[in-house]
Amino acid sequence: MIEHTVKIVNKAGLHTRPAATLVKLASKYKCDFYISKDGLSINAKSIIGVMTLAAEMGSELILTFEGADEADASKEIIDYFNRGFDEL
Amino acid sequence: MKNFKQIFKEAENAITGIAAAPGIVIAKAYLFTKEKLEINDGDISNIEEAKSNLVEALAKSKKELNKIFAIAKEKMEGQRAAIFEAQMMILDDPILLDNINKRIETEKKQPEYIVNNEISKYQQLMAHSHEAYMNERASDIEDIKNRIIRNLQKKRWISKIQNDMIVVSDSLTPSDTILLSRCDVRGFVTEHGGLTSHAAIISRSLDIPAVVGVHNVTKLIKDNDTIIIDGFHGYILINPNEEQINFFSAKHEKLIELQKSLAELKDQPAKTIDGHEIQLLANVDVTGEIDLVITNDAKGIGLYRTEQIIEELGEIPNEEEQTKIYLNLSTRIYPKPLIIRAFDIGGDKFKFLDFTEPNPFLGLRGIRLLLENENMFRTQIRAVLKASSNKNIQFMLPMVSSIREIRKSLAIINECKNELKHEKINFDKDCKIGIMIEVPSAALLTYELAEIVDFISIGTNDLIQYLMAVDRGNDLVSNLYQEFHPAVIRTLSHIVKESKRAHKSVSLCGEMAADTLAIPLLIGLGLNSLSISPTTIPYAKRIIRSISYEKAKILGDECLASGTVEEITEKLQKFFKDNSITRTRNII
Repeated sequence: MIEHTVKIVNKAGLHTRPAATLVKLASKYKCDFYISKDGLSINAKSIIGVMTLAAEMGSELILTFEGADEADASKEIIDYFNRGFDEL
Repeated sequence: MKNFKQIFKEAENAITGIAAAPGIVIAKAYLFTKEKLEINDGDISNIEEAKSNLVEALAKSKKELNKIFAIAKEKMEGQRAAIFEAQMMILDDPILLDNINKRIETEKKQPEYIVNNEISKYQQLMAHSHEAYMNERASDIEDIKNRIIRNLQKKRWISKIQNDMIVVSDSLTPSDTILLSRCDVRGFVTEHGGLTSHAAIISRSLDIPAVVGVHNVTKLIKDNDTIIIDGFHGYILINPNEEQINFFSAKHEKLIELQKSLAELKDQPAKTIDGHEIQLLANVDVTGEIDLVITNDAKGIGLYRTEQIIEELGEIPNEEEQTKIYLNLSTRIYPKPLIIRAFDIGGDKFKFLDFTEPNPFLGLRGIRLLLENENMFRTQIRAVLKASSNKNIQFMLPMVSSIREIRKSLAIINECKNELKHEKINFDKDCKIGIMIEVPSAALLTYELAEIVDFISIGTNDLIQYLMAVDRGNDLVSNLYQEFHPAVIRTLSHIVKESKRAHKSVSLCGEMAADTLAIPLLIGLGLNSLSISPTTIPYAKRIIRSISYEKAKILGDECLASGTVEEITEKLQKFFKDNSITRTRNII
């Protein structure tokens, strides 16, 4: 299992477009992928779940990956967070 | 036996509305109230059926979203487009769907209840957040949730409708009307809408009697009440007594007799007693109607409303699909002409999700929308041309209001022709291009517009509403929608004269021609071609065959000189009386 804390760095936060992209990235991998914020944990392969996260700029999220391809998945997804969802 | 007036004078169970589609039906009522989203949390016995209904509702929702998206795409900002994409993804959300399906299996409740309950959980999570934008997001989720539930309910409603019922509803969309007609519905009664509402037009097309614009009807009629509807007069009787049932059963028999005698007119020409022939064409809304067009001996299809394909399919068909539909129709009607009208989307015919116009009838519709969505327009033009090899197809542009719009459209059509030439695809290079005149500015410019096109078709439904500044769907003013207003008559006369001056053929394809009272006047104004619902053709033919063209011309001149609706209506009624012509509604 890989656990990693990321910070939202783009101005608009985790709004609908990055939420959709995130789910699409997650769906490419077999491993489970959860996002937790303020004690709420959601399955990140579920768009409706990701949409319930209110993640403004500056908020911290804990990402957990578990499964065979967790290394690849975490690499690509953490990178996407760090790039500020390509909105920097 | 008592006459019609006596029966109604004595009746305490009678209500009236607008006679929208002729016929008489005695049947049980089915209340179709779709506006309130009441969740049914009932138990279910067939889990597989519930799950497959859910799959169907999701697919239907996806189609609807695709349709809205295809239209709105070019207009939407990136942000809205993303929300759209997210809504689509929700319909495929594996976690959500898995939970819903599992709960259907274990709880054995109606899927609409589970869908509502499950998605609401997420909405509550969002509502607890303090971020303002989360409220907006919650309402997006609400949107998709309601869409799925609505589609589940529709399925449940439709499955509950037994054959042989009269559907009573507050209003009906074109797609509802088509959907319901497939369940062998016997009649339609609606609270809203007028003679030219789409429910009315489609009922006439499908030969299903209808009374519309009946105030409060969804409260007055209960499920399973026996009702009689008289689509000739716009009368409804709720839970009729024996005398009333006998009276209308007798009328119904007479109607069947009349229809038989009308059927005998099939091979007779639509000629006046003094030998002036009128071309009676058919308006086609639904592809299945082609059989009615042929049985009723229409001389061609004067108006094929292609936007109905979108209603039927739930999405905009691609070039290939369209070509197939048009070619099939042109082959069925061959060698008679088929006039295809470009998609007349907008106004009341199409609901844009992200795109609520404050005044849709004065907004982006008809040719305006096509020129703004050129790809959709080009696809249709190419399909029409590709289907034109029988050389009986003509193409018509809706809602034109200026020369510029025609020039621009003709340029696009020419580009499409050149493309097809390069692609070595066979088409009719002389395919006639015409326009609808339904906007006052176009009516005034008829001569100039007619000079640059091949034919003119008058669309009275919109022309009257724009001329009179009356929303035809608004009950509060629908009484001001007057087809016999002197301004309407004079405008029609102007269009006919100016088209003839430009040596272009002119026909009329509005619902006005479906009113038998109007027929002598329209002929008197110089119209030699009328396009009407196929089922009304025999009725129109009967009137034409009993009038004199010379007398109709005099009637036309007299009406042009009249200054009030009352005067004109009186003249028309007198014409019928003086020439001993009885209208169908008065025969039975």
